[in-house]
Amino acid sequence: MNKLELEKTANEIRKGIVTAVHSAKAGHPGGSLSAADIMAYLYFEEMNVDPKNAKDENRDRFVLSKGHVAPALYSTLANRGYFPVEDLKTLRKLGSYLQGHPCMQHVPGVDMSSGSLGQGLSAAVGMALSAKMRGKDYRSYALCGDGEIEEGQIWEAAMFAGFRKLDNLVVIVDNNGLQIDGKVDEVCSPYPIADKFAAFNFHVICVDGHDFDDLKRAFDEAKTVKGMPTAIIAKTVKGKGVSFMENQVAWHGTAPNDEQYEIAMKDLERMDK
Amino acid sequence: MPEIKKIATRESYGNALAECGAEYKNLVVLDADLAAATKTGVFKKAFPERHIDCGIAECNMVGIAAGLATTGMIPFVSSFAMFAAGRAFEQVRNSVGYPHLNVKIGATHAGVTVGEDGASHQCNEDIALMRTIPGMVVICPSDDIEAKAAVHAAMEYNGPMYLRFGRAAVPVINDNPEYHFEIGKGVVLKEGKDVTLVATGGCVSASLEAAEQLKAQGIDAEIINIHTIKPLDSELIIKSATKTGLVVTVEEHSVIGGLGSAVADALSENHPVLMKKIGVNDVFGESGTAAQLLHKFGLDAEGICQSVTEFYKKNK
Repeated sequence: MNKLELEKTANEIRKGIVTAVHSAKAGHPGGSLSAADIMAYLYFEEMNVDPKNAKDENRDRFVLSKGHVAPALYSTLANRGYFPVEDLKTLRKLGSYLQGHPCMQHVPGVDMSSGSLGQGLSAAVGMALSAKMRGKDYRSYALCGDGEIEEGQIWEAAMFAGFRKLDNLVVIVDNNGLQIDGKVDEVCSPYPIADKFAAFNFHVICVDGHDFDDLKRAFDEAKTVKGMPTAIIAKTVKGKGVSFMENQVAWHGTAPNDEQYEIAMKDLERMDK
Repeated sequence: MPEIKKIATRESYGNALAECGAEYKNLVVLDADLAAATKTGVFKKAFPERHIDCGIAECNMVGIAAGLATTGMIPFVSSFAMFAAGRAFEQVRNSVGYPHLNVKIGATHAGVTVGEDGASHQCNEDIALMRTIPGMVVICPSDDIEAKAAVHAAMEYNGPMYLRFGRAAVPVINDNPEYHFEIGKGVVLKEGKDVTLVATGGCVSASLEAAEQLKAQGIDAEIINIHTIKPLDSELIIKSATKTGLVVTVEEHSVIGGLGSAVADALSENHPVLMKKIGVNDVFGESGTAAQLLHKFGLDAEGICQSVTEFYKKNK
């Protein structure tokens, strides 16, 4: 996909996110919107995946370690053709396969269940390790939050991945700067994030997480790195694309009401033009 | 009388893994800097490329195992029960249990027979923790033969499983040609009519020994070995309880949430009888030898005999 197509796709993903969370009357729009461009790039450009053969053992793997942004993953998968976009409206509803946090047993395309922060990166490391042990050439991707990396298990996993030289692993940190209780650097600062991953023997690339040229450069560079995993620190805007949600911590885990939903969709439709 | 052979079930665990390594090419064994103690060293020696030491990071080890399992590997996560079931409980619950992944947890050094290390390392809560996780199979083998059989059965079973092993050597009691291991099937080791003893792990051999002493006092005890605490062989236990009318459970675990609680759940809903739970009575352990600690907690043959006798005399 070219840049314009990716931008349009990301915008469709954002509409799906807002629609799903509005329909659910609950969920996490802020971090879903900050991750939307990264998700679009991964599933529409970067990863070797096929919705028609979702369980192909040679497919690239993705773990949404920040599992609460399930709406971003679901909307991406739906737009990629894993299941109907219409189903996004069942998010968080009783009996829906689109649970509040991703469940791999029930959602086509979900490679790992997640939701409890800090755990997904370890699973992605296990997937990368498995490829190395079996001589497979698929790659393993994990998306973490900048608040999430306050969890100690992230650094256990990072230590292991660096030590084991898992160059088929890419960790993306969605650095939107906000967590539930406020700004990440005022709650319990994870900074300097890049230096930390470098100290754990990662190749580190810092990008604008909303710029597809930048994302392409980073993911292409990651593929050339040998003997160490890559960490892409993506600077993002929480709530990106919806005017009243941008950089507002209140929109971490709140659903828009009907009126707010109309405004949000108009914001996103304007970006189509 | 020939001397009874004694082997620690953690040794059996390591040996069984090594036995399985050649047949199961997707078997991977993970440790958290305790391979020397969990006895997986024999596997590591035979299949070094399939032994992964994760360092002292149990939570990450469980997560890595989950990731490996999603790709078709059969990971065995090895650590002390305290750290595998205790420290990594939430990882086991959310990264293994919820997605129902084919991860086996080989937990050694369970119970008070950890001995000298003391209370910090004596896990008497692991059965309780693990049996509350939906879909988790919980197995606590009674001896070397059963521990090996359980590992072999685990290889063929697709789903999360917790296997509980001990540090101290326990008598080999199942070394006979008729022995057959089936997940979820209890075994009547001795028939009796007065009282049913339901035991698990190392407490099975102690209960058999206690039965001899009880016999001398005119009490005819039925001994049931429950190697699978979940799913529990309720049918067998109910049948025995119907016959004897009195049930005693024996486990090297807290009396809260373990075998005793599982048996009480099954009986109270189907055939309520008076019960006595022998185990660790809501206290922490302490340093000492395994034998001293079993004695202190009334889990040796003498202690079991005494508790059963009191319970029997009071209620029959």
